[in-house]
Amino acid sequence: MKVGLFVPCYVDMFHPETGIATLELLERFGLSVEYPVDQTCCGQPMTNTGCEREAAKTEELFVRNFGKYDYIVTPSGSCTNQVRNNMTAIEQTDAVKHVRSRTYELVEFLHDVLKVDAFPWAEFPHRVALHNNCNTLRNLRIASMSERREEPFSKPKALLGMVKGIEFADLTRPDECCGFGGTFSVFEEGVSAKMGQDKVTDQLRSGAEYVTSSDSSCMMHQEGCARRMGANLKYIHIAQILNGARA
Amino acid sequence: MTAELHEELTDPHGEQLDHGAASSRPLKSRISEPQPRGAKIRGNRPVDQSEAANRFMAATEHEAMHDARLWDLRQKRDKEMHGIEEWEELRNLASGIKEHTLSKLDYYLELFEKNATANGIKVHWAKDGAEHNAIVLEILRSRGVERLIKSKSMLTEECGFREFMAHNNVEVIETDLGERIQQLDDEAPSHVVVPAVHKLRTDVASVFAKTIGSDPDNADAHYLTECQREATRPLILSAQAGMTGGNFVVAETGTFVVCTNESNADLSANTPPLHIASIGIEKLIPGLNELPVFIRLLSRSALGSPITQYTSHFRGPREGGEMHVVLVDNGRSERLGMEKFWPGLKCIRCGACMNTCPVFRRSGGLSYGATYAGPIGLIIDPTFNVHKYRNLPYSSTMNGSCTNVCPVKINIHEQIADWRKTLAGEGEISPVKKVMMKAAGEVLASPVVYRASLPLGRSALRHLPHFMLYNKLNTWGRKRDIPETPKQTFNEWYRRNRKSQGEGENS
Repeated sequence: MKVGLFVPCYVDMFHPETGIATLELLERFGLSVEYPVDQTCCGQPMTNTGCEREAAKTEELFVRNFGKYDYIVTPSGSCTNQVRNNMTAIEQTDAVKHVRSRTYELVEFLHDVLKVDAFPWAEFPHRVALHNNCNTLRNLRIASMSERREEPFSKPKALLGMVKGIEFADLTRPDECCGFGGTFSVFEEGVSAKMGQDKVTDQLRSGAEYVTSSDSSCMMHQEGCARRMGANLKYIHIAQILNGARA
Repeated sequence: MTAELHEELTDPHGEQLDHGAASSRPLKSRISEPQPRGAKIRGNRPVDQSEAANRFMAATEHEAMHDARLWDLRQKRDKEMHGIEEWEELRNLASGIKEHTLSKLDYYLELFEKNATANGIKVHWAKDGAEHNAIVLEILRSRGVERLIKSKSMLTEECGFREFMAHNNVEVIETDLGERIQQLDDEAPSHVVVPAVHKLRTDVASVFAKTIGSDPDNADAHYLTECQREATRPLILSAQAGMTGGNFVVAETGTFVVCTNESNADLSANTPPLHIASIGIEKLIPGLNELPVFIRLLSRSALGSPITQYTSHFRGPREGGEMHVVLVDNGRSERLGMEKFWPGLKCIRCGACMNTCPVFRRSGGLSYGATYAGPIGLIIDPTFNVHKYRNLPYSSTMNGSCTNVCPVKINIHEQIADWRKTLAGEGEISPVKKVMMKAAGEVLASPVVYRASLPLGRSALRHLPHFMLYNKLNTWGRKRDIPETPKQTFNEWYRRNRKSQGEGENS
């Protein structure tokens, strides 16, 4: 199985440790993982703003970079959603279809494809609040959704539950969007920041020491709000916890 | 003016109930914060929702109340949903029935007209708001009506009905309490179900003090309601005509159904001898067998109550009376022809998407500056005026919660994304967004240019690349800290540590 690692632009730039943890974690399962160095972005900022035409060249580059892999894995559900469900600015050739259907968010990949049942190296004796990105939750269906009448499940919680010592903190509004919303965070800055502050307040109220998520984008926004608010909360990507980060 | 509480409104244990039975949280009553007003409307210029939202959030007591109140409704809705095992099946059915009816709308409309006419109802057809208003005015004038009582209707908001009637010297009295508050304050409804939900009790006290002479310092909900009752009942009793909307129009029986919690539609319809119902053509359902599906979903989705207090069936004029139904198109036929946006016509106006929307709860419904606010508004308003409402589809994080709560399964968040595409395609996008996305698209299409644009080793605040910040005003940093830039990117780490693999043209 040949796996291509996609490290989204903001992870590459601001959270290289998340990319490293993802790579190392996948290698722990004996996979041959490659990172095509000419990768940039999935095209989401443009598509999210409605500028599909402007996303076309970026999408083409993505397919050129990742066409040769059996699976493309990325530590971002939001970018996975873009590739899988919204990469429509370019002609839907076989290569494009292959890339779109083979791109997986890390948690999904571990849970559904590798069917991992243990992380013997992982121990995280902390109180942790889980945040699901809205695309990851409602479009990739990584967990059950509070608005729907469905059997409760959570892939990230199932994986984190295998980590020694971890304790979950419950939020009062676990499914509420944190207000990042991609370009929303800059174009609609006021509402975005208020939603972020409310999310941080909920996290504080839960007694969490750490917040974790399979999406760095939401956490980048939440962490920015938390720091400005002087909130004593730490943000860590789920890949790091599963890879055995000790805090 | 003073008002005595009716005996039955007094709690038997001598305690006053909290802010109506629908709220679980007691709300503070002594707040002097002025009510923030809605979006500034400047002719046909695009409405700036964020500007109005920022003013709403600056009124912190209002924003906190609004968010808590609507979130409470969402939680009650969830509780009701969990009580109905076949909930998701009901949603599928409701969606299917609406899609079926909309796909044969001409047939069902004519069937309704035939059966309603046989019931003694006079059916009128209006292609737009102006025609609707003219038809109603003609009915009223020919019968010498000077005062009309009316129950809440979003359609008449679309038509600018009250303003039109005021110009034509017909007095219109709203019978829904929330809508009456909004009428007295000369403000549009902010929500399709709870039209004054953005107001605190103190705001209502100040509106009533100015308009009906209540005590400005008494913000007790029972007192205020009673004052309104005392002031409005004589007007209701002396009105010569009544108007309602219609939640569901039943084609096979030629009847229509109005759902309220205050029985105000029944007041409007049954007090005067003349009843006019203004109804959008998308409200059709085939038969009475289909009705319970919607009745079970409507109030559970809207308020988290099992059913509205009143579900009134109107079957024809009473003896000596008249009943008219005005079927209004006002853009609906055109919307039905829009490949991506026709499913918006399935909407039953429950407001569940507004209650769950995190942006709506923080912005207030008036910030949208349009008849329909919140998620459903984002996808309907541009069909009325694409230029004026072109910014609205951006007032969303596209989180998808609205789609999940929608009882008729409208794909709201997907349509929001489709609207953004449509607007950008038609040139109805702000130049700032367009320029930035064009630049971002070029940078991200080239590994070399992209790598060269990265700000390593410098202050991120000043040197963040534009495709991350998009906006030269740097809105990210106003209320959030900018992430620190690490010593090296992942890409650099990989080249240093795993160089043998993944060679590229930029190596």
